[in-house]
Amino acid sequence: MPQQPRLLQGNQAIVEGALYAGARFYAGYPITPSSEIAEECARLLPRVGGVYLQMEDEIASIAAVIGASLAGAKAFTATSGPGFSLMQENLGLAVMGEVPCVIINVQRSGPSTGLATKPAQADVMQLRWGRHGDQCLIALSPASVKECFYLTVTAFNFAEKYRVPVVIGADEIVAHMRENFTVPAPGEVEVIERKKPTGPPENYLPFAPEEDGIAPLAAYGSPYIFHLTSSMHGPDGYSNNDPANAAWRVAQLHRKIERYRDEIVLTQSFEAEEAEVLIITFGATTRAARAAAKQARARGIKAGVLQLVTLWPFPDKEVAALGERANTVIVPEMNYAGQVAGEVQRVLGPAKDLRRVNKYNGEVLTPAEILQAMA
Amino acid sequence: MAHATGIKYLKEKSLPLMWCPGCGNGIVLGALVRAFEELGLKKHETVVVTGIGCWGKADDYLLTNALHTTHGRALAFATGIKAYQPGLNVVVLMGDGDGVTIGGNHFLHAARRNIDLTAVVVNNYNYGMTGGQVSGTTPAEHYTTTTVYGNPERELDPCAVAAAAGANYVARGTAYHGWELKEMIKEAITKKGFSLVEVASPCPTHYGRYNEMKTALAMLRWLKEKAVPLKTYEQLEEPEKEGCFPVGRLVSRDAPDFNARY
Ligand SMILES: Cc1ncc(C[n+]2csc(CCOP(=O)(O)OP(=O)(O)O)c2C)c(N)n1
Ligand code: SF4
Repeated sequence: MPQQPRLLQGNQAIVEGALYAGARFYAGYPITPSSEIAEECARLLPRVGGVYLQMEDEIASIAAVIGASLAGAKAFTATSGPGFSLMQENLGLAVMGEVPCVIINVQRSGPSTGLATKPAQADVMQLRWGRHGDQCLIALSPASVKECFYLTVTAFNFAEKYRVPVVIGADEIVAHMRENFTVPAPGEVEVIERKKPTGPPENYLPFAPEEDGIAPLAAYGSPYIFHLTSSMHGPDGYSNNDPANAAWRVAQLHRKIERYRDEIVLTQSFEAEEAEVLIITFGATTRAARAAAKQARARGIKAGVLQLVTLWPFPDKEVAALGERANTVIVPEMNYAGQVAGEVQRVLGPAKDLRRVNKYNGEVLTPAEILQAMA
Repeated sequence: MAHATGIKYLKEKSLPLMWCPGCGNGIVLGALVRAFEELGLKKHETVVVTGIGCWGKADDYLLTNALHTTHGRALAFATGIKAYQPGLNVVVLMGDGDGVTIGGNHFLHAARRNIDLTAVVVNNYNYGMTGGQVSGTTPAEHYTTTTVYGNPERELDPCAVAAAAGANYVARGTAYHGWELKEMIKEAITKKGFSLVEVASPCPTHYGRYNEMKTALAMLRWLKEKAVPLKTYEQLEEPEKEGCFPVGRLVSRDAPDFNARY
């Protein structure tokens, strides 16, 4: 039966994407504007033999997700700023232990409880730097219901392939927006499974990367017994205090992402190649940016848009390629400090004509506000 | 019949144990692996989840699957493992700080969920690893490095909490009574639903030192004298109970566990 288009909410599309990718475990704690994800999972996961758990808090939620992932599940959780803050310590464990998992952070206005039901894009730096210590992960940001679906599939694929937690930094706007969307038929979109160990179980080293730079990951219960620890560890997964090992391990956590950087960094450009005015944007603000660029072009301004679909690792190369060519770069974002603008400035240098458009009152950034920056 | 040694579960290369001379952790680890052996647990079907602390280092010596987690959160990690793979034996090792102080919320809810985990909480009445600070289980008026004038707060009874929250099995043993401890751990693992074995255990290095039990021997003697079998304890007059605590099987019931209900 051909799939029918459905009017889906962003949060629903995220759940559809997760199920499509093979997610069979969700543990979470309700928080606006992400709660529909929990509700959909509670409804849909048991139907496909999966497990839904409402945990006592977000610390426990991410912990249970990591536990389930090590037991072999594709596992995920969803939250918003306050909950994402609580998850950081255990998210660090997922980085350290190279545990595939997906975390949806539907950003809302802060700080603290802030405007709890209003959108923001102010967790960009937290996505990257929220945890203590030397660590890195992957962060993606959708701009539409369709992207909510596809980026969730991509997030699972990245998590499974690179043994790394992947965070989707969505925002209240895309999460609650409804658009027509047809879920693709099974097989239409690539779904990646984690690499399992082969060979004699007694030789299994859960932290010894193979030629592709990634170590295979067994599931608890298989003949491949393994140790995993939040502490510094050797290739066998047992704790290890040797300085040379520690240096190697910390570098390895970064290197495996750097090596696949070109596969991981996703961007979209809209008339950006010839743009004299380049709007660099992400998430829901992409929509206002595209509208603004269209209006500007109608007025004869050569405007284009570069959408950062991957936020981390930061798309330095892509920003440099298009940004250096443009006379003016505009970075609209729903935060005070210009979290993405700062990165863009780092890439393009202090001399660049870079204009920031920041909105942080819980209201949506409009095309008119971006157009004003072109004046 | 030869006695179980549990040696096949131990990573001999990691020995000797890192714990202080006189620490109770080695005795508890011995009881644990003997229990594994007597139950015939398969290493690949067993996951030991540990928290952070001296006792939380126990996984370093084990050849089963293991997950060494973050401070206080071991039960939450274990919940994810067990909920997804109910066939695994999941045993969670935590100190008193780890298990019922910073991890108190997870402890409550694991018991409430009655999920089929076995928690072995080694209660040494203080934070051993960080140098002997006060814990949620340090008795009132006792001395630690952060209660130098005596603990102004009262202690939590992990067994009472687990029982009230709905655990199917609750027992208290001591590091002095190794054989009984092994039997309790076996019962706890066999029992469906959430099981707690609290182990009163010596930390002569810190807790003993500040509370007039400087030697390991003094601490063991204290456990021997003050740990009273539940039945005897119940018959004691109030003044005789002073300083004593009941040991043995405190709760055993068969309420449906999480996986049975799910
Ligand atoms: C979030 C966090 N806070 C604090 C610590 C420091 N810390 C490590 S172990 C520990 C207490 C250990 O005490 P307990 O759980 O009773 O175990 P013991 O060492 O006595 O076996 C503390 C506070 C930590 N590792 N993580
Ligand atoms: S500090 Fe206390 S608990 Fe830790 S190893 Fe030494 S005696 Fe044992």
